[in-house]
Amino acid sequence: MFDVELLLMIGLKVLFALLMIGAVMTMAGYSVLAERKVSAWMQGRVGPNRTVLPLVGSLPFVGRFLKGLGIFQPLADGLKFLFKEEMIPGHVNKFYYNLAPIVALVPALTTMTVLPFGEFFTENGESIPLMLANLEVGILFVLAVSSLGVYGIVLAGWSSNSKYPFLGGIRSSAQMISYELAMGLSLLPVFLWVSEPGTGAMGLSLVDIVNSQSQNAWLLLVQPLSALIFLIALFAETNRLPFDMPESETDLVGGFHTEYGGFKFGIFFVAEYAHIVVGSAIFTIVFLGGWHFLPWMADPWPATWIGSLIGVGWFLAKTIFLIFFFIWVRWTLPRFRYDQVMNLGWTKLLPLALLNLIFYVLLVTWLDQPPA
Amino acid sequence: MAKTVVLQRKPLSLSERTYLPQIVTGLKTTFSNMFKEKVTLQYPEEKPNIPKNYRGVPTLVKDPNGREKCVSCQLCEFVCPPKAIRITPGSVPEDEVDREHVEKATQEFEINMLRCIYCGYCQEVCPEEAIFLQDEYSSSGYTREEMINNKEKLYELGGTLPDQHYKWDKKKVAEGEGNAH
Amino acid sequence: MSTNGKASMVTINLDGNEVEVPAGINLVEAAGIHGTEVPHYCYHPKLSVAGNCRMCLVEMGTPMRDRATGEAVLDENGVQKIGWVPKPVIGCGTNVSPGMHVKTKSSMVTDSREGIMEFLLVNHPLDCPICDQAGECRLQEFATDYGRGYSRYVERKNVKPKRTKLGPRVTLDDERCILCSRCIRFCQEVVDDDVLGFVDRGSFSTLTCFPGKELSNNYSLNTVDLCPVGALTSTDFRFKMRVWFLKESPSICAESSAGSNILVSSREGVIHRITPRRNDNVNDSWMTDSGRELYKQVNSKNRLLGASVSGESVHLAEAISAATDLLQGKNVGIVGSCRSSVEEQYLLNKLAKNIKAKKFLRGHFGDDDGILLSADRTPNLRGNLVTGFSSKYPSDQLTQLSQALGKKQIEALIVMGEDLSDSDINLDELKVPVVFLGTQQNATSEFSQVVIPMLTSFEKSGSFINRNFRLQSFKQAIPGPAGLLPDLHVLASLINGLCDDAEQSSDLATIWKQMSKSPTNPLNGIVYSHIPDDGIQLNGAKWDSLSFVEKNALHFSPVKQTLKA
Repeated sequence: MFDVELLLMIGLKVLFALLMIGAVMTMAGYSVLAERKVSAWMQGRVGPNRTVLPLVGSLPFVGRFLKGLGIFQPLADGLKFLFKEEMIPGHVNKFYYNLAPIVALVPALTTMTVLPFGEFFTENGESIPLMLANLEVGILFVLAVSSLGVYGIVLAGWSSNSKYPFLGGIRSSAQMISYELAMGLSLLPVFLWVSEPGTGAMGLSLVDIVNSQSQNAWLLLVQPLSALIFLIALFAETNRLPFDMPESETDLVGGFHTEYGGFKFGIFFVAEYAHIVVGSAIFTIVFLGGWHFLPWMADPWPATWIGSLIGVGWFLAKTIFLIFFFIWVRWTLPRFRYDQVMNLGWTKLLPLALLNLIFYVLLVTWLDQPPA
Repeated sequence: MAKTVVLQRKPLSLSERTYLPQIVTGLKTTFSNMFKEKVTLQYPEEKPNIPKNYRGVPTLVKDPNGREKCVSCQLCEFVCPPKAIRITPGSVPEDEVDREHVEKATQEFEINMLRCIYCGYCQEVCPEEAIFLQDEYSSSGYTREEMINNKEKLYELGGTLPDQHYKWDKKKVAEGEGNAH
Repeated sequence: MSTNGKASMVTINLDGNEVEVPAGINLVEAAGIHGTEVPHYCYHPKLSVAGNCRMCLVEMGTPMRDRATGEAVLDENGVQKIGWVPKPVIGCGTNVSPGMHVKTKSSMVTDSREGIMEFLLVNHPLDCPICDQAGECRLQEFATDYGRGYSRYVERKNVKPKRTKLGPRVTLDDERCILCSRCIRFCQEVVDDDVLGFVDRGSFSTLTCFPGKELSNNYSLNTVDLCPVGALTSTDFRFKMRVWFLKESPSICAESSAGSNILVSSREGVIHRITPRRNDNVNDSWMTDSGRELYKQVNSKNRLLGASVSGESVHLAEAISAATDLLQGKNVGIVGSCRSSVEEQYLLNKLAKNIKAKKFLRGHFGDDDGILLSADRTPNLRGNLVTGFSSKYPSDQLTQLSQALGKKQIEALIVMGEDLSDSDINLDELKVPVVFLGTQQNATSEFSQVVIPMLTSFEKSGSFINRNFRLQSFKQAIPGPAGLLPDLHVLASLINGLCDDAEQSSDLATIWKQMSKSPTNPLNGIVYSHIPDDGIQLNGAKWDSLSFVEKNALHFSPVKQTLKA
């Protein structure tokens, strides 16, 4: 009746998906801790160091160390959000108000289905990328789905039926639309470069991009301007300082999530960090060589399961560094004014991205000329 | 009228206009900050150093002989800006050894720590050097009543401080020697 | 002082300014009139001049005349020379004379004051923190104003007894005494009870009672007020409250018809002491010790604090409506009070008139001490005459009421604070319902169907008419007990409840407008808020035929009214 192999396949995929979700959510949770710790360190403080689990905390040396690191803090934070009273203000549009956090979180989690995070070697030395779904148009999928995240924010701002969330939602939609253009345009030269005829790689597959950087220059070095524009746009897309227009604690109280509390606020919070995690991973994939070691160098690890584990670890390390970079920038730069955000997006980044694209179109065309 | 001088700004160079070098400088600063010594105090475990002239919770002190110093002149009650002090004056019973010559004493002395603003006027105004804002800085309670320090609590908090004058002891001595008629 | 009541004026030169002062007064008073303070301790305007504190030293000179010829001695400019007395003179013992020159600010005067202050402080203990006088102490004030600011005295101070009981109400701290002798003179001159004196010499001088005597007269606490320092203290007020916390409200003593002017000192609604207020037409600067105790009735055990109907305690408004129900349509008898204020008596009279009630009044009499405790022990007997509540002089019994009750002419009674049982009425035989309005519980309030608590004179504003027919107003000093309304409000509610289309206001000013309308009434034209602090003398000639019980006393003689008429 049923194709057993197909059922097994589906079961495995679901299991992998759950594992992925677990991994990304954990990373998001610990990004919050990292945010708090790094900000504390940068400000001469200690940061969270009080939370402790009963048994682990009483371990002789480790317990104290873990407690000082605040390892258990995300757990406490999550439980706090979970156990808080679910308040729904009387003046909100209840349906969209409840929908908004889900709409915010789903795209962040969906994009990771196409993220390759390592490779697995079969017995005959074949390399199979580790990912949930190897889409040929992976990057398009990422761009398409992640831009849906703005709907969560817009819905939250609008359904809250209150001034500050509304302003936060408006700013957010304007900002996301503005920077999506630059983001897309900054990626085009990358694919032009990778898909040049003759290299064999083609299409918009993320795996191909990673592999094109193996024993080759990282695309960051080949196309620094594209990387810069992509990075700036990424900051804007993830609503990170200096582009946290939707929140703007100082002028909009809490922006779009002013009226949210409890677990719904927690979902927004996690979604924001999930965006960061996924964004960092994409940047790693596209510009930092993915799970490959260093530019122009072959991977020093063997092509076995150990090698793939180290590869995944290397990929994670790059991603984590980028997450740290996000946090680092947040605690260094002040927020842009709204008009500055718009100005930068439309009059600086967009023309620059266009010029960048044209330049690489010409360059690639010139390079691709068949030898006379 | 002062002459207004308009300063000419140097035009920004291209690299300055991208702001990128500045951002990198900023990133360097914040990064180096991460490894500096932390300035915060892990409060309940680490206690701050209390300077000598710190104004903590007001307390009543006894002299080195263990006698109450307050004579209930109520100047602190008068000077207290938030009206936190409430004194019920009383007299020292005539049969109380060593202190009957002071005549006046407090029957009750209450400082409402919910009102107290730690200004130290009471200490400054006290003619008997009986009230001091000492190094106790954390005062908390579960009810409003708990936050009203009564005489007993105030003397318990205050303890004994050295005395430079022994005003009343001197008076006692003089009284004992009497008038050389 | 001139005998015709008008002082003739003389011109003196005070610190270089020609000023006019009444002839015959001394330099302290003369300087005081023109705003120059001459500090003094022993001098008191109402006592004889002793001149022993030397604080009021000033420079004085008179115009020079040639001894032989009596001609004025002129200087080169043709102006009469001033013969300055080479040493300073005491201001209290020097009376003004025409052309006299006085310097109160010269360096000699300043030096003298500094010297005197230093001597006074040599043996004065550093007691200010425990001294009840602190805050109203002349020694503190003048030490700040005229003292040198520091002490050069390093020897040990004198030690003297600290807690001598001079009498039942006065405690003496001998160390603080600066030997001004005001208390001694007061006892001799005002009370005529010579009990105080100094013994020993020099710095050992001590104030004591004469052997076998004590300062127990009814005016002994005036010595405490007189004492410029904290030597004499009131045993009652001792260590109770610092004076700087006290709010002083002008009031009138309700002890007797003398109507002493008083200051009620209270803090946060609690009276701590009562002191006399100077009124040269009534009580000079004195009052009785017994009058100072009256504040204790405010918080006494038998104070009525809540309204009750048939023994059940109820809200005040319910009691008032119960009273109107009880009295409605009955032959009511009203027992007025000589302790009510003029305004209350007026309203009570109005009530009586409107419901055609019979009015009864009794007096309370005692011995006359010839000073400020008169034989009439109520503050406002004459108010009943002036407001028309009574036209006859009340006796100390309610004989008429008992007769009327006997004849069954009365079906209900309103009693204003009086205790019927200590007059000639037997409460056990009283069959009519009683509405009692008063401040204290007594046998009658126990008996009454409706009890409406009233306020003491410290808790309300109003006025009394004293034995001289002097109208004196008193102001509320402390708030009344929670839930009680001013007496005027209660009476106005009764009037409005019992009489159809009556719209009696309980506002003091409005009541005074009504009271002062009649041109034949002595109150005609008086506005309550304009009654001066020392009162208004009313014309009481209309009641000269009544046999008032008061005898000759301070600023009072029984024949005065007749003479005036």
